[in-house]
Amino acid sequence: DDKLLSEPLSHPDFFNVKELFSLKDLFDARVHLGHKKGCRHRFMEPYIFGCRLDQDIIDLDQTMQHLQLALNFTAHIAYRKGIILFVSRKRQFCHLVESTARECGEYAHTRYWQGGLLTNAHVQFGPGVRLPDLLIFLSSLNNIFEPHVAIRDAAKMNIPTVGVVDTNCNPCLITYPIPGNDDSPTAMELYCKLFRMTIIRAKDKRQQSEVFNELR
Amino acid sequence: LRLMYTATAMQSKNVGASGPEKYTEAFIKKQIEEFNLGKRHLANMMGEDPETFTQEDIDRAIAYLFPSGLFDKQARPMMKHPTEIFPEQRKIQWGEDGRPFHFLFYTGKQSYYSLMHETYEKLLNVQKYQDQLTAQDHLPQKEKRNLAGNRWLTKIELEEMLLEKLSDDEYSRFIQLLQKLMMLPCGDIEEKYIQKFSKEVPVQLQKVVIEPLKYDERGVAFSTGEGTRKTARATAVVYDNGTGKITVNGIDVLHYFPVLQDREQLLFPFQFLDRVGKHDMVCTVSGGGRSAQAGAIRLASAKALRSFVTEKEVEFMRQAGLLTFDPRVKERKKPGQEGARRKFTWKKR
Repeated sequence: DDKLLSEPLSHPDFFNVKELFSLKDLFDARVHLGHKKGCRHRFMEPYIFGCRLDQDIIDLDQTMQHLQLALNFTAHIAYRKGIILFVSRKRQFCHLVESTARECGEYAHTRYWQGGLLTNAHVQFGPGVRLPDLLIFLSSLNNIFEPHVAIRDAAKMNIPTVGVVDTNCNPCLITYPIPGNDDSPTAMELYCKLFRMTIIRAKDKRQQSEVFNELR
Repeated sequence: LRLMYTATAMQSKNVGASGPEKYTEAFIKKQIEEFNLGKRHLANMMGEDPETFTQEDIDRAIAYLFPSGLFDKQARPMMKHPTEIFPEQRKIQWGEDGRPFHFLFYTGKQSYYSLMHETYEKLLNVQKYQDQLTAQDHLPQKEKRNLAGNRWLTKIELEEMLLEKLSDDEYSRFIQLLQKLMMLPCGDIEEKYIQKFSKEVPVQLQKVVIEPLKYDERGVAFSTGEGTRKTARATAVVYDNGTGKITVNGIDVLHYFPVLQDREQLLFPFQFLDRVGKHDMVCTVSGGGRSAQAGAIRLASAKALRSFVTEKEVEFMRQAGLLTFDPRVKERKKPGQEGARRKFTWKKR
């Protein structure tokens, strides 16, 4: 059992997430498109490649690295049977995110975030509730273009976060930010597809390893 | 000096109090066993067969063995199946390893949001189907559906269905989504799903039926009417081809109602329809006082005259107030006052 958990940590890319996406895929899904120059957040400047006709272009090389790290991390969490919570406050993609979560067997929260959900969970849900082990933000702003409350709450409760940060978002408190577009439908579908494939892959690997262990 | 209350020990909540009591499955099971046992005992006590002892028999037996004069039905002794007494509650939402069962558990209102999710999915399906049909130019025309007989579920019914508290905003959003789904041209595909959330309203047409004229042995047309006023109850039989003779309880009207005001009240319906000397009336009246009996007979005769008269004139009578039951009764005396409204004399000192 110990070996089961320690074996994936020895490889840098145990689940081979690099092969799931390529730079061309990201470009075709318009992940590099950011908001206008006026909406730019100060802390996103390192991730921005340049500005064309007032619109910010995100550096896809950096996005590739961050995406690989984030997908690897989610795969490890899913391998260790952690609870993953997809969060997004974009109304157009609420249904998409919820269906993705359902297909993975994980959880989603694309509705109004009640204040004490993470910090006051034992009162809201009941004693003995298990909090999510990873929060994935497919859009880190809420409907008033302010940082989502869950980022701060997850940092308070020591829960790691993975988040897609657009040029108007604050990447500070997110553990694995993924600079990229969060407004286009193609980009969102790409992210959902990638997360879904990693989680399913990780879970299948876990099942296989358990079967191998039992055979021995 | 202002006292500043610190919020430490004073406001710490009682940890034991956590909302309504949670009933465990074992507890409910025990209650059901006790109920069945008690049912058999009750059947033996009443001398009836324990196998065929229904809930109605139980209610009758309890009412017989524990008679109670309390007005509130809920306060009287009752013996019902535990599922009716203990409200349905959510069981524990997560498994042994701690993972919740429902994928929207962390939202807080999982059934409501999953309902919204499902409905939105149906909407997307219908739109996709519609797009397919438009591509082939097979789009069906929207026929006007008769919406009169159906209503949506109320907020309370929806709350009962979902076992969750809802806010008005959420309820209205859900209804708007359902209406949007229904309004689409191809919404008929999801008819079954929509019917789960709509209820039939039985049409309540309470049209007052005017009885037709009856004929007695002499061939004279007559009709009856009933009327009440305060505590007086009256029945009047109005005959056609008459001379304006009125008999009350076998006594002539002049002797029964010496006061002119009462006789005027009796004549009012006939005078209104210009049929003063054309009808005979025989009435019986009991209860009440002088004025109440007069008012009761007036109402009874007006109701009887409806059969002799056109619909327009019936409407005129209704507008004149001849056909309306007078709801004024004696108001009860209240304690601390001398009468219904009169207070005791106020003394300054």
